[in-house]
Amino acid sequence: MSASKTFGVVAEFDSAAAIYKAAKATTAEGYTRVDAHTPFPVHGIDDALRHGPSHLGWLVVCGGIAGILLAQGMQWWTNAVDYEFWVSGKTPYAWPATIPITFELMVLLASLVAVFGMFVLNRLPRFHHPIFKHSSIHRVTDDRFFLSIEAKDPKFDAHGTKAFLEGLGAANVEVLEDD
Amino acid sequence: MTASTVPPIDQNAPTITTRVKEGDLGGSTNLFLGVGAIATIVGIALAMFDGTGGGYFAYLVAYMFTLSIALGALFFVLVQHITRAGWSVVVRRLAENMTTVFPVLAILFLPIAIGGPESLYHHWWHVAPAGSPAYDEIVAHKAGYLNPTFFYVRAAFYFAVWIGLSRYFRNASVAQDQNGDPAITMRLARRAAPGLLLFAITTTFAAFDWIMSIDPHWFSTMFGVTYFAGSVMAFYAVLALVCMWLRGKGYLGDIVNTEHYHDIGKLMFAFMVFWTYVNFSQYMLIYYANLPEETHWYQYRSHNGWDYVGPILIFGHFLAPFAFLLSRHVKRNRPMLAFGAVFLLVMHWIDMQYLIMPVHQQDTASATGLEFGFDHIASFVGLLFLFLGWTLRTTSSTPLVPERDPRLRESLKFHNI
Repeated sequence: MSASKTFGVVAEFDSAAAIYKAAKATTAEGYTRVDAHTPFPVHGIDDALRHGPSHLGWLVVCGGIAGILLAQGMQWWTNAVDYEFWVSGKTPYAWPATIPITFELMVLLASLVAVFGMFVLNRLPRFHHPIFKHSSIHRVTDDRFFLSIEAKDPKFDAHGTKAFLEGLGAANVEVLEDD
Repeated sequence: MTASTVPPIDQNAPTITTRVKEGDLGGSTNLFLGVGAIATIVGIALAMFDGTGGGYFAYLVAYMFTLSIALGALFFVLVQHITRAGWSVVVRRLAENMTTVFPVLAILFLPIAIGGPESLYHHWWHVAPAGSPAYDEIVAHKAGYLNPTFFYVRAAFYFAVWIGLSRYFRNASVAQDQNGDPAITMRLARRAAPGLLLFAITTTFAAFDWIMSIDPHWFSTMFGVTYFAGSVMAFYAVLALVCMWLRGKGYLGDIVNTEHYHDIGKLMFAFMVFWTYVNFSQYMLIYYANLPEETHWYQYRSHNGWDYVGPILIFGHFLAPFAFLLSRHVKRNRPMLAFGAVFLLVMHWIDMQYLIMPVHQQDTASATGLEFGFDHIASFVGLLFLFLGWTLRTTSSTPLVPERDPRLRESLKFHNI
């Protein structure tokens, strides 16, 4: 291996059907660090890539529960403990009156965690990604579909993997360096 | 056939089975209809010979429960058309079949309309003259709306709208099975807009007339929406269960897949949450404003044997199913989804009891909370089985899916991202 690390191999396909078939063939071959980069969501591509479900949902649930606890704790502490406050004959801590704020804070924290948790799980923001070195990657937002196999994949072998992807009918199969 | 029509089913979707074999569901249909008819007659008889009027209240609980499923089905059909939905085409015919029950429901409304008023609506059915001991000033001022004649006129209008809408949309869909004309789909999308408007008005006022007016002092503008929200949730629960039942009979297994069940589960979950949202909005405003003419409704339901039913609804109609059905795995697992659907239907029935039964217990000073008497069981089983039997009857008579709907193939290949 050279001094600079290899990121992986990136191949270009010209249709959603082609990348779907290629993704199936790649995972069937035993590759595991495979990803697709497409201009629009391709139906069934997650299953073809054998990507498991996202863990984001668990983070969002935690965010929601944190919002509930924060709202309940805050309203109970401020109204019933720190400064007891009687409003229109309701007891200082009256649970029905706390629900709207609890609901709002639950939604707020859950959605903030959904957005920023997504950033964290995707390791964003970042200034550069090795895949941008690919010569035609700019067409990923337009009309081309790209499949990447990372060097971290135990089955990865620069020459063999490149030949395998070319065998699937890909164009511009390039080995990209990570530096 | 011109090039612009959708081809017949053997070209449109050749791999699926869309017809129920002759007489295949006949046994089940007859069983449902037979048991339903006998139990309904028993329920009505119990209501007629029950001196306290409790039987009519039991019948009303069962009736509003069953009606809610049919209303949910009509709403579903209208919404699929107005949104031009693709995913739902494979289950739309089942919803259309459920809406064929409205003429039966109109006949089953007669016990409420004829025998029921003296028990159910006696607070306003006869207006006592001013000055007499029974004179009720609030009810007297509402007599312009709450009077027998207008009550009958409105009920006739509701059923005319529901029967008209359901027949119009189902007949057009069945006609498309024959001619494959995509213009029908476009026309139904346009007609669904005024249809939904009529649906919203009739459902809201039916809930006002038939449930809310049993306690004529109390009013809530949110009431119609709470009934509607529970109705649509109950419909999705029944839709999921009917799909699974037909799957067990060897139908729809190749048509309705995990993706469709997932979406039915999502919508059932959504309307369960929506029910909670509108019910809490209603409770919150009444609780906070603290006006006696509004709070007495919740006041009675916080005691007198009903004190544990409110918490049952909070936990059983919201918190527990929220935690359970939130999971994608649950909604995509048929036995678990079936459990959630049955559970929510039980909760919907408790909700109907919570709305209706306390009034009777208040009138007769018999505080017992939830009732499980023979009159409740007979009416509930009777009306629900008649509903299911009638739905199966129409399911056998027409294709299981809209065979030549332009979006059928999209629906068959539907996939959640």
